[in-house]
Amino acid sequence: MSIVAYIAVMAVTTYLIRVIPFAAVRGKIKSRFINSVLYYIPYAVLSAMTFPAIFFATGSVVTSSVGTVIALLMAYFDLPLIVVALSSSAGAFITALIMGLI
Amino acid sequence: MRKKFVRGMRHGVPIMLGYLSVSFGFGVLCIQQNLSILAAVGISVTNLTSAGQVAGVGVIAAGGSMLEMILCQLVINLRYSLMSLSLSQRLDPSFNLMHRLFVGYGITDEIFAVASSQDEPLTPAYMYGLIFTPFIGWTLGTLLGAVAGDIMPASVTAALSLMLYGMFIAIILPPAKKNHKLLFVILLSAALSVVTHFFLPMISSGFAIIICALISSVLAAVFFPVEEQERGEAQS
Repeated sequence: MSIVAYIAVMAVTTYLIRVIPFAAVRGKIKSRFINSVLYYIPYAVLSAMTFPAIFFATGSVVTSSVGTVIALLMAYFDLPLIVVALSSSAGAFITALIMGLI
Repeated sequence: MRKKFVRGMRHGVPIMLGYLSVSFGFGVLCIQQNLSILAAVGISVTNLTSAGQVAGVGVIAAGGSMLEMILCQLVINLRYSLMSLSLSQRLDPSFNLMHRLFVGYGITDEIFAVASSQDEPLTPAYMYGLIFTPFIGWTLGTLLGAVAGDIMPASVTAALSLMLYGMFIAIILPPAKKNHKLLFVILLSAALSVVTHFFLPMISSGFAIIICALISSVLAAVFFPVEEQERGEAQS
């Protein structure tokens, strides 16, 4: 099958998944229950995506864990996103250097 | 209008930086799977999603059927429906159907996270800005990865792969410090995700995210329903 067909099918599927709820839901949802679920979902999704994946991200549980602890500490003290992200990576990199993994 | 676009672009810069390294890896992967540079960039431009694209390239490389491709994207990307639904409740009245059709394209995990952390209703200009910079990062990273193959040493790319997760933590942790309902959701979802990963490995990661997020959000909504004004405050 042609690569263009694959890419088109892939793109259309992904687009429809995103756009249908976005375009179709117009009015405000009144249900307190549904609104509560929608309020909690972003936090739940991000949390489920981060854990446990973050512990395997670098390919080494040890360096990933060091990066994770750094990210948790820096986020706890309200540092900006990019600072948290880069420090976490730097911590993992330095740990790999110290351990002689590199 | 223009100010809001620029504000969105600025908020998109950390996402762009994170996307550069991830999409670089995606570009390299495409070349390894015998896709052309044009195909790699074409996939990134039309899809703007990491996990779905990686799985899609796997289907292409294996010569899978179109049905497999559709199901694969559906399962991995279904979480975007939940995000779109959530964002649809926070839109400014100026968001007409045309804007919705364009902006709907750009709902990614990170763009969604930043958008839902805004206090004010979301305007089209802000959303276009917020999608624009990450889109550039995603496309450029794919191109660089595909063209250059593997320039960066593996040790650097391995460490950089922590960036996106670090961003996620920086997004969810600060508001949870003051709000124990959020802390409950975050801890429950993480716990379910860990259990799923180790004890139900047959569930794909995209599907696992949907299950864990839905269970923990529904339980939190049952035990700790939120009031309208409370939602506004906590999203800050």
